[in-house]
Order: sequence, then structure tokens, then C-alpha cells
Amino acid sequence: MIDAPSVDWFALSPELAMLAAAGVALLGAVIVPRDWIRAFAATACALGFAGGLVAAAILFWKSGTPSLEVSDAISRDRLAALAQMIVAGSGLLAVGISYSSRRRVEHVGEYYALLATCGGGMAFLVSAGNLMTLFLGLEWFSICLYVLCAMDLDSVPSLEAGLKYLIVGSFGSGVLLFGSALVYGATGELGFAAIADATRSAGLDDDPLLLVGLAMLIAGLGFKASAAPFHQWTPDVYEGAPTPVTAFMSAATKAVALVLTLRVLTVAFPELDELWTVALAVLACASLAIGNLAALVQRRVKRLLAYSSISHAGFMLIAIAAANELGGKALLYYLIPYCAASLGAFAVVAARERELNAPVTLDNLAGLGWERPLLGVAMWSFMLSFAGFPLTGGFVGKFYVFAAAYERGWSWLVIFGVAATFVSLYYYLAVIRAMYMRPASELTLAPAGASPPREILLSASVFVAMVVNVGAFFAVQPLIDLAKDAAQSLPL
Amino acid sequence: MTGWLATLLIFLPVAGALVVWLVPMPRGAAGSFALLVALVEVGFWINALIRFDFERQGATPNFDQQHTWFSDLNVSYHVGFYAFSFWLAGLTVIVAAASIAYAFWAGRERPRAYFGLMLFLTGATVGVFASQDMLLFYAFFEAMLIPLYVLIGVWGGPGRMGATIKFVIYTMAGSLLMLAAVIAYGLSQDTFDLIDASQSSSGWIFLGFAVAFAVKAPIFPLHGWLPDAYRESPPEVAAMLSGVVSKAAVYGFFRICLAKFPEPFDDYRTLILTLASVGLVYGSVLAFRAQDLRGVIAYSSLAQMALITIGLFAENLAGLSGAVLQAVNHGLVSATLFLLAGAIERRAATGDLDRLGGLARGRPALATVLIATGVIALAVPGSSAFAGEFLILAGIFPWGWGWAVVGALAIVLAAMYMLRVISAVLHDRRATTADESVLDLRPAELAIVVPLLALLLALSAWPAAISDHMVENSGDIPALVELNE
Repeated sequence: MIDAPSVDWFALSPELAMLAAAGVALLGAVIVPRDWIRAFAATACALGFAGGLVAAAILFWKSGTPSLEVSDAISRDRLAALAQMIVAGSGLLAVGISYSSRRRVEHVGEYYALLATCGGGMAFLVSAGNLMTLFLGLEWFSICLYVLCAMDLDSVPSLEAGLKYLIVGSFGSGVLLFGSALVYGATGELGFAAIADATRSAGLDDDPLLLVGLAMLIAGLGFKASAAPFHQWTPDVYEGAPTPVTAFMSAATKAVALVLTLRVLTVAFPELDELWTVALAVLACASLAIGNLAALVQRRVKRLLAYSSISHAGFMLIAIAAANELGGKALLYYLIPYCAASLGAFAVVAARERELNAPVTLDNLAGLGWERPLLGVAMWSFMLSFAGFPLTGGFVGKFYVFAAAYERGWSWLVIFGVAATFVSLYYYLAVIRAMYMRPASELTLAPAGASPPREILLSASVFVAMVVNVGAFFAVQPLIDLAKDAAQSLPL
Repeated sequence: MTGWLATLLIFLPVAGALVVWLVPMPRGAAGSFALLVALVEVGFWINALIRFDFERQGATPNFDQQHTWFSDLNVSYHVGFYAFSFWLAGLTVIVAAASIAYAFWAGRERPRAYFGLMLFLTGATVGVFASQDMLLFYAFFEAMLIPLYVLIGVWGGPGRMGATIKFVIYTMAGSLLMLAAVIAYGLSQDTFDLIDASQSSSGWIFLGFAVAFAVKAPIFPLHGWLPDAYRESPPEVAAMLSGVVSKAAVYGFFRICLAKFPEPFDDYRTLILTLASVGLVYGSVLAFRAQDLRGVIAYSSLAQMALITIGLFAENLAGLSGAVLQAVNHGLVSATLFLLAGAIERRAATGDLDRLGGLARGRPALATVLIATGVIALAVPGSSAFAGEFLILAGIFPWGWGWAVVGALAIVLAAMYMLRVISAVLHDRRATTADESVLDLRPAELAIVVPLLALLLALSAWPAAISDHMVENSGDIPALVELNE
């Protein structure tokens, strides 16, 4: 008889909450009367994410000392718990954004079930303790996302996005898997901490197998975080996927991919930090350059935001590349306003899209700010946050990121980041210009329906995102304390 | 109570802005409410002036208040006023009140958004002058840009798009360098507090700050945004921009570049004095050649800011007190001139000097106010501007008589361009489009402009009110000044 490992169910509670919600939503699609499916599935999904949020918060509180659970496959620590809170919060907002989208009723149950499952996979991934759970979590949420991207069966771009993401994403996963195999081959270990020990004791720091494996791991994670040069799928997928899915993806996927990158590199490869810090700095510069320059020429807002998300991957990679405690804090702090702003910005795009029934471009954003003041002001705050302006959390986030790079002694990276921020201003302000500053004659764009639909849940989500985004500027201390506690789970 | 005065001065207008934005009110009410807030703000400033201790020794500013913002990097909300920054804050609240009153009188589209932004701008600018923490300073410095961007971009003239883009790009290029400098300086000092941070000798960090302030001032050759921004803004926004916002650069040079980087300040003195001298002459010549009313005021601002910079870089008692006095003078003068330019443009539907003229005849109030302001601006002996410029020239003289000669030349040029404006607007009647039906300044307009003029006259009578009440309570400055005496 095989001994089953003891399972710390509490450490898995956020994932379980979301998975349970997915099951309930799926069942509801069969049992509940047709008219109620949407409300039922959305409520189940929202409750799942809320439960996950609460469970992660309790986990954060109770996991002061990091430990490895379930035969060392799962790390129970504050880093994972904080990332799970971010994922669950993003999921909650994504439900609010999704609710009033014009989806055919046949698939609405599956949609919410997949969303919740996806959240569960992400929550599992950030707590990965070895290469197996890492790959399992990665595939778990990726497969959900492939389907979610292709969810609009009537829309060719959506199907194309799903297929593209599937192919490129699978390639990325393949690279990651191959890299894991090489690392395992070199060290004979799967656990992150065990890999570090093996590297140290066997003096493997210039072992070619390990180095190639590390490079492939970084590349695989780069695909998920959409860091240049692994970003090619991002604009097409972000543009084609249903906007609420894009919103969730841009926030949560990026968050988990980057948190995981931080965890893997600092826990498993501390011996090689001379190498991977430089590699990540190069990736960061490439992402900043490509993301910002390409965004300058975009007219479609979703594509623009996609390139902007590439550039933000660059900023956050700077924090990881700094490989110091300040960098860990910087990344975890940055994620909070970034996820809020990203979800919120796509939510505003979704609202406009539903109003016009057409893809949103900079031209047909015209006048949005005056027509719908809440969305306009919120979009303001999101763009300013992306651009790193004060009065938004994005400013403090950039400040921490640059401070971390400076503390490592990489002033050139600070200058590069500052230059990238400067370029990015042009297109972020172009969005604001489009919303507020067109002459009145250009504002007569006939909406698809009579008056814009009043979507209370969407507006509420946008409002919450704005509050988080702006609140992060004023309440830096509590958030940075959270980030500090989380970063202390890592050997920085 | 006194501990809260600085905070109150910053956040009263911001709170007013929030009320204007969030509380539903009829169209007319937004403007009158904003004006009320601006006047209450002036009242609080006067109250603070009475309580202000100009003789205070040591590094602590008046109305000092500190709360931790985030502790791991020692960043705090730390505000307070030194004497020189208190004068600049006073300039801000007064010009803001006049600008808001002018906008209220002239009427603006979408009044709730507009007046909220004006109040927000006021609060952010006072915040810049009050901050005693570098990151807080940076936050307020940037926060000024947000309302200005919208105020010009939405309510500006036909060329506003180009003007806003240029303005933002220039300003942000400077400010982001400053962000890098703030981080480098703050981390190397292990605190971002301006009072606790000790002096540094890093030329690079100094340059990061100096470039940001040089764009904001602006100093030649970083002035590319200036003519468009001043021409395309609504007049009262131009008044805020040239009168008040540019003074953030004076404060920055004073509080950070001079106080914290004495060695680099010394090293780069010749370079900056040269640029300022070039800018002074260049701005004056352009002001003389400008074809429109606002162009003249815009380029004269460039020249005046260069002169103020020369005074700052003299780094002695005369130069510094002259610079602060002149900063207040120039703020009041250029605000008055921009508001008058707005009044004239409303009447004649043009600011083109070739198509204006003859407005003096039958319009005594306009003629009197414009001539009085113009005469002060050209620094006629006995005026406050004369006192300021005299102090600046006296201050710079020990560094070489050449600088003083350039400064004196600029005063001559100032006389040329101001007299040209006065004659082109009021007298020369060759090609005027303004006919007899054009009204004189209305009582409401006089009520806005005359107080500004009265302040200028009061300062002319007693310039020592500012120049003698600024150096004792100014942090690290007295020690530095004594070195150069």
C-alpha cells in the first residue's frame, strides 16, 4: 500500500473555494431554469472568488513562517497568499465586468465555471513548491484561458485569439517543461529549495545543463508574463478575446507569472543570480522598448493596452532583476494598483464596446469622458496610474521599482525605465485626449442602442478598481507592509 | 491650530474642488462657490501671515507638520513654510483668487469641471511650496500638471492640442529626470526628508533637479513649450501658469539645488548664468518683436524668469532676496497683464498688436490700469520691480560686472517692449479694429485687477516687506549666504 501524503487542506482552501464555485456554476447550467442561469452562475463564481479572497487572507494571517506542505509540493507562505488575494480580487472584478456582456445563454454557465477554475489554477500556481506543481498549475489555468479566449463562438477574432493563444501558449509551456526536465536532469531534484541545495553542494553553477534549463524556464515564464521577446501573441490575443476575459488575463495572468518568476528564481537559483538578474534586466529593457514604441502607433484601444501591458511586464521585471528585498516589495506592491488599473481600463473599454457594438478605437472614445463621468474619471486615474503619475498607486509602484534598481547599483536601468515612462506618456495621454478634448463636432457618433446601457455591476467594478488604484497612493504603508511580509517568505 | 495651517492651506482648495465635482449644483453656483473658497483661502493665508514667525532660527519651518507616509524608505507627509516659500504661497492664493474670479466673470463651459480643476491646481501649487519631503514635493509638482493639461487641452484656443502635447512633453522630460534624481538622492541619504537630508556633492543628481526646474521656469534653451502654452490657454490659466506655476522652479532651485547641492551649484554657476543671460536678452528681444499681446507677455516672462535665476545663482543676501521679491513681483505683474490681455481680447476679438490700438480714448480705466502695470513691469525707479532688479544686479555684481551689464541691458529692453505694447494697444490708431462701441473695463473686471495692482503699489512702497523678511527663516540658506558675504 502506498502512503498517501498528509494534505494541508487549509493551504489549499483558496483553490478549493474557486473549484467548488466552478462545479456549482456548471451544475447550475443544467439544473437552474434558463432565465436564471446567468445570475446563478455569476453569483456562484463571485462567491467562489470572494471565498478564495477570504481564505487567502486568513492564510496570509496564519502563515507567518513559510512551510512546505503536501510532500513539499505546495509552499504555504505569505507570498502565495498575497498573490492569491490579488488573483481572487481580480476574479471578483472580472465577474462584475462580465455580467452584462451580450453572451448567448447556452454558454454562460461554462463561462463562469471556466473563470473560477482558471482562478483556482492561478491560486495553485503561485503556491507551487516544485517543478511538477509549477507545470501543473500553469497548464491548469492556461487551458481554461485558451477556452475563455475562444468563448465568443460567433466572433472570428475571438476564435482566432483562442487558437493563437493555444498554439503559442503551448509552445511556451513546452519550453518551460523542457527547461524543467533539464534542471531536474542536472540536479536530480524537483523542489525549488532542493534544487538550490543541490546546486550549492555539487558546485553546479556552471553546469551547461542547468544553465540551459534555467534559460528555458525564464523563457517559458516570459511567455506567460508576455515579456518581450516572448510577447508576440499578446496584442492579437488581447484584442480578439472577449474584453472581460482580456481584463482578467491582463491582470491575473501577469501577476501570477511574475510572482512565480520571482519565487522560482530566488528560491531555486540563488547561486546563479549573477546570470539571471542580467538576463531579466535585458528582458525588461526589451519589453519596455518594444511595448512602449509599438503602443505609440496603435489606434485600437485594446491593442494599445496590450502593448502597455508588455511594457509593464518590463517594469515589474526590473523589480525582480534587482533581486533584493526592496525589489520583492516593489513587485508585490506594484501588482496591486497595476491589476486594478488594468481591469478597470478594460472594463471601460468593454462598456464602450457594448454601447457602440464595435471595436473601440481612439477615435470612437471621443466624448466618453463627458457622457459618462464615472467611467471617464476612472479611465483618467487608470491611465495616470499606468503612466506613473502621483495621486495613483502606479506612481508609488514605479518609485519602488526604480528605488530597487538603484539600490542594486543599476542606475542605467533606472534611466532606461524613466525614458520608457516618458515615451509611454504620449499614448496614455492620447486616451485621455480622445475622451475629453475632441471638438464637439466630432462627438456625434451614434451609439448602437438608444441610450447607453446602465450596467451597475460594471460601473461598480470600475469604481472599486479606481478606489484601489487611487487608494494605493494614500495608503502606501499598509500595502507595503503586506508586500514586505510576503517578500520575507523568500530568501532575498 | 498653527500646526495645521500649512495642511489647511493645501487641502482647503482640494476639498473645494471635490465639492464642486461631486455635489450637484446649478451652473452658476460652481463658479461662485469656487470663488468663495479661493477668497477663504486668501483669508487663511492672511491669518497665517499674522502668525508667521519671520525671526525663527534654525532649520524648522513655520507650521511644521509631519506624518509618516511609508516608513521603510523614510518618506513622510512633511509640510511647513519657510519665509521665502510663504511669500510664494501667498502669491499663489492671491493670483488663484483673481484667476477664478476672472473665469467666473467671463464664464466657462462645463463650469463644475473647470472650477474644480482651478481649485485643485491652487492646492497642488501651494503644496509644492509647502513640501518638506522630496517625494511629496515631486508628487505635488506633478499634480500641478494634471489640471493644467486639461485646462489648456479642453478650454484652450484652436491650437490647444499641439500646445498641450508640447507642454507635457517638455515638463515630463524634466520631471522624470527629477524622479531619478529624487530616488538617487533619497536612497543615498536614507531619507527623503528635506530637512534631515544632508548636503550632497553629486553633480549628476544636481543636474537631474536643475533640468526639471529649468524646464518649469523656463530657462533658455528649454523654453520651447512656453509661447504656445501661454497663447493657447484661457487667459486666467496663462496667468496661473506664468505667474505662479513657474515659481515652483524658483522654489526648487532655492530649496533643493541651492540648499542641498552647494558644491555643484558652484560648479555649474557659470553655465547657468550664461544660459540665463542669453535667455534674458533673447526673451526680451522676442518680446519686442512679438506680434501679439500674449506673445509679448510670454516672452517677457522668459526674460524675467532668467533674471530671477541670475539672482538665485548670485547666492548672496542681495541676490536671493532680490530673486524672491522679483518672483512675487513678476507673478503679480504677469497675472495682471494676462488678465488684462484676456479682457482686451474679449473686446477686440484679437490679440494681434497690428489690429489693436486707440483703446485709451474714452476708456480711461483700461488705459490707467494697463499703463500702471506696464510701468511697474518695466521697472521704473520707485517700483517694486525696480527694487527687485536692483537687488539682483547688486547681488550678481561681485561675480563679474559683465553679468550685471547684461541685466541692466535687459531693463532697457523691458522698457522698449512694454512701451511698445502700451502704445500699440492704447494709442496707435492706424489699423485698429476696435471701434467706439468697445466698452471700458467693467466694475467687476476692475474689482479683479485693481487689487493685484494695489498689491504691486504696496510692494513698491515697501519692498522690504519681502526682501527683509526671508533669509532668517530659510533652513540651510543663511549659513550658505554667510559664506559668500
